[in-house]
Amino acid sequence: MAGRRFLPLAAVALAVAALQLALSAAGAVYYLTQLTMSAYYSLVVLGLCLLMGYAGQISLGQAGFFAIGGYTSAVLTTVNLHGLSGTPAVQALARLGVLVERRDLYDHVLLSFAPWVGLAAALVLTALVALLIGLPVIRLSGHYLAMATLGFGLIVLRLILATPLLGQADGISGVPPLPLAALRVTGGLARRVENYYISWALVLIGLALAINLVHSRVGRALRSLHGGEEAAGAMGVDTARLKLATFVLSAVFAGVAGVFLTHYNGGIGPSEAASMKSVRYVAVVAVGGMDNLWGALAAGALLNFISLRGYLGSYDDAFFAGILIAVMLFFPEGLLKARLGGRRAGRAAGSG
Amino acid sequence: MRFEQVFQYFLAGLTEGAIFAIVAIGFNIIYNTTGIINFAQGEFLVLGGMIAVSLSAFLPLALAVALAVAATIVVGALVDLLFIRWLASPSVLRLVVITIGISILLREGMLHLWDEKVRALRPFTGSEISSVRILGARISPQALWALGISAVIVVALSLFFRLTLIGRAMRATAANRTAARLCGINTRWMVTLSFMLSAGIGALAGCAISPLTQTQYDMGASLAIKGFTVAILGGLGNSMAAVAAGLALGLVEVFSVSLLPLAYKDAVSLTVLLIILFFRPSGLFGRAEVQRLKEF
Repeated sequence: MAGRRFLPLAAVALAVAALQLALSAAGAVYYLTQLTMSAYYSLVVLGLCLLMGYAGQISLGQAGFFAIGGYTSAVLTTVNLHGLSGTPAVQALARLGVLVERRDLYDHVLLSFAPWVGLAAALVLTALVALLIGLPVIRLSGHYLAMATLGFGLIVLRLILATPLLGQADGISGVPPLPLAALRVTGGLARRVENYYISWALVLIGLALAINLVHSRVGRALRSLHGGEEAAGAMGVDTARLKLATFVLSAVFAGVAGVFLTHYNGGIGPSEAASMKSVRYVAVVAVGGMDNLWGALAAGALLNFISLRGYLGSYDDAFFAGILIAVMLFFPEGLLKARLGGRRAGRAAGSG
Repeated sequence: MRFEQVFQYFLAGLTEGAIFAIVAIGFNIIYNTTGIINFAQGEFLVLGGMIAVSLSAFLPLALAVALAVAATIVVGALVDLLFIRWLASPSVLRLVVITIGISILLREGMLHLWDEKVRALRPFTGSEISSVRILGARISPQALWALGISAVIVVALSLFFRLTLIGRAMRATAANRTAARLCGINTRWMVTLSFMLSAGIGALAGCAISPLTQTQYDMGASLAIKGFTVAILGGLGNSMAAVAAGLALGLVEVFSVSLLPLAYKDAVSLTVLLIILFFRPSGLFGRAEVQRLKEF
């Protein structure tokens, strides 16, 4: 049973590898850059799919969590403590081994936090903020939840635009690569293929986690919650805790994606925190079919790739708004309804 | 702070708050008849402002504003006819997502029809630099226009809902749609009418603030979220309370500028929204038990 459940994962892995080989053979490796980026955006989508499709909660603030992850890592790995290296605090940090020294283009010495510290801090901070926001927010539903999460996302954006430490409208650049054993998360052309695999490996890990969760006791409880919260509560499901846990988990997915994409791009800007990004994640989940992780993954990879390649020109946002409306009007259960794993008796998607 | 200074802030807060209240009333009108929060409400203000700015280049100001309001009313009707009317018992999540999509389509449509430039309608009276002196504080005549227009909208709506047959039919639809239909009220058209009414007052408010805050294609979201804050603060659906709540939020926002950097102004009102949602989702004046009873 468990083996069969993960068989499609292997199929995705094969498809990922086949795509790379085909593109390399065709001499079109430049596509890999956008495929890598869309992998990270797809990770956000997977997390949101868990929240929307399985826990039945909408979040219009995922871009905020993405930005919290990305910005935390970016700030910690680019802040220059060299001028303070004489102070006891910085010396203590250096002894702990959390600082690294590097040189920038002009041979200036930069003393910043190590990328793994940035990653760890980003994850902790994202989870913590999600928990703090989630505690009160998750009790809300419908319009209130939508507006509250939208409001949260806007606060993150406003704070970024108003805070000099976060680079305001310019964002943060010069973010160093993120080392993972022998691998490096970086946008360097020499490491393009490597990064393609890193990104999709991360997606597969996220997907495996999500599938496991969906098929576990917790997943069944989540689905019962979506079907009818009162009924689930009456059956002894701790609805509030489950919803909160899913909310935090989906935020962490977004935070991880934020960290990796920031290191891949070598920087992050305020547009990543824009509410349009959050809406876009919702649109992709809607196309994929709310409670359909595979659909979300397929839609996430495809739509983000199309958008990142610039095929939509200045109609990018309009395109996502258009498909969002079209899907919600005509296919409220999603365009991609092919279900791998488990039959589901006619439940309406997206009540809540 | 000196008295004149406080009073100056006070007037500015009232002006902002009056506009928030109008946005909130726009939310309420549609919410009452349909149970929908129309996320595109902010775009109605921007659209009204944009059309008026363009028309005012070759038409008298009053005519330009009137045509802008009329055009936005048509857009409001189209929103209902195209996207909302024919949905059979849609879920809240679906409607939220659809109106968000509409707001982005309108925004992007405006970006392509016009451009990303900041525009401003000319002041209704006087010029950009004229001011009126009240108790030592100086206020732009346009702020008085915005306040006055908001007051007229509130009073006119109140009379409309109480005295006219159509207004009463809309209230009946809000109270109980099935019962209203049994009484021979065409509830579908009442819903369309509520969209038109919201679009119309939104456009009028958008014109009134354009000379003060200027108009840009992407301003809608921030207006909408503040209007929503006010609508919640007053208790969803309760328009008279929305006026009080709007003025309160306007004052909070304006006085926050005297304590915090200007850049944090929006963050302040958004934080107010989150705090209200967490602690008093039924509003400052509302009670959870009476939430079912809708009154404009």
